[in-house]
Amino acid sequence: MICARTAENYRQNKWNKIAPGRFTLVSVSAAPPQSGTFEELAMPLFGQLYNFAHWLAQNREEAEDLVQETYVKALKGFGTFQPGTNFRAWMYRILRNTFLTSRSGKKAAQTIPLDEGEDGQAAAATTDSQTPEAILIDRNHQDLLQTALEELPLPFREVLLLCEVEEMSYQEIADSIAVPIGTVMSRLSRARAALRVSLQQKLRGT
Amino acid sequence: MACEPWQSQLDAYLDGELTAEHMRALDAHLRTCPACTADVLARVQLKRAIKTAGTRFTPSPEFRSKIHKRIAAKRPRMWSFGWATAAGLVVLLLAGWLMTSVEKQNLRQQHLYSELADLHVTTLASANPVDVVSSDRHTVKPWFQGKIPFTFNLPELQNSDFSLLGGRITYLGQAPGAELIYQIRKHQISVFLFPEDLVGLSTRSNITKERSFNVETWTQDGLRYVVFGDAAPEDLRNLATLLKAAARP
Repeated sequence: MICARTAENYRQNKWNKIAPGRFTLVSVSAAPPQSGTFEELAMPLFGQLYNFAHWLAQNREEAEDLVQETYVKALKGFGTFQPGTNFRAWMYRILRNTFLTSRSGKKAAQTIPLDEGEDGQAAAATTDSQTPEAILIDRNHQDLLQTALEELPLPFREVLLLCEVEEMSYQEIADSIAVPIGTVMSRLSRARAALRVSLQQKLRGT
Repeated sequence: MACEPWQSQLDAYLDGELTAEHMRALDAHLRTCPACTADVLARVQLKRAIKTAGTRFTPSPEFRSKIHKRIAAKRPRMWSFGWATAAGLVVLLLAGWLMTSVEKQNLRQQHLYSELADLHVTTLASANPVDVVSSDRHTVKPWFQGKIPFTFNLPELQNSDFSLLGGRITYLGQAPGAELIYQIRKHQISVFLFPEDLVGLSTRSNITKERSFNVETWTQDGLRYVVFGDAAPEDLRNLATLLKAAARP
């Protein structure tokens, strides 16, 4: 019962952030501004964009180049940004496209064996029974988790980060990585399953 | 087990992506299903762990300020925009000031002309319209000597339709001047003469209408001439021509 309560609380916290109609106060304070100068809109995103860039590029130097290029491109193209649409998703899209056209981005995209459109749930279902091992994840296993995340194929890594770290809605993720919302859902499911498998292997190894 | 349809929705449930209706249904199921609850708890913990692990990299302050400077480099434009605005404002103010002074000038002119109209009408309405009653210019001109600070020549009228009725001292804006009354076909015309520098009237190229009177004005030899009356514009122009000719040495 306590567990159910925890889950419910968690779910409701998340719900608060993404359902503007229901909890107006929360969502208003949490919603990023959608109009203003480029500087006003873009600078608050600096930390999280850098974090994401570092996860994509896997090293500081490249991450900085990536962020710099993103900001320069975005500033140049700010005229084409439609006020009222999702600025954060727009910035992430630019960052991601910049990465995918970079050398390491091309390499990362090449090495991914992905059967997109396949039933992701099937893969997820097979690992669901083993999830209790995830409970073992505590502070001691943070570095294990970080390694597991780093090793995830790029499409899995990015949807997981956007969902869990940036707490984006499925729609916002879809806008950021320019895929249909159904693809976001199946990719997330497969990403979680892959992460669990990887974690289990690592936990067994320790 | 009844859990099968729920399993696939657990992630969407925790991601807050289920409809309110599905949320409630799943909430209800979780209260009765320990297996699914345990599963949800594991997923929650994984989510939280990923959030912690994923929030890992922070940009250096130097890098942040470097990029900030780079995108804030548009500021000078804002400044030049500010300067442009300031310049625009100055131009507007100047234009406004100019317009007000032009307006003032116009107002002053209007004021002078209405005074002249008053003088003209007062003269015509007076029982003694003129102080010196004479049709002889050689009588009228000397009469003004010592009464006004200037002298002037009057035209010979023998071959014209005009006749001189007389003259009087008048004042416009505290400047003393001469007012001569001419007549043509029952119309009486006032000719005002003032020292040019004492009366701020501006010259107009054409005969203008002031309060339904016709007016012609010009300066000559330091004198401001104003021909004022209800006679036809041609008559005023003819009289003006005569006066101009007479004033020439």
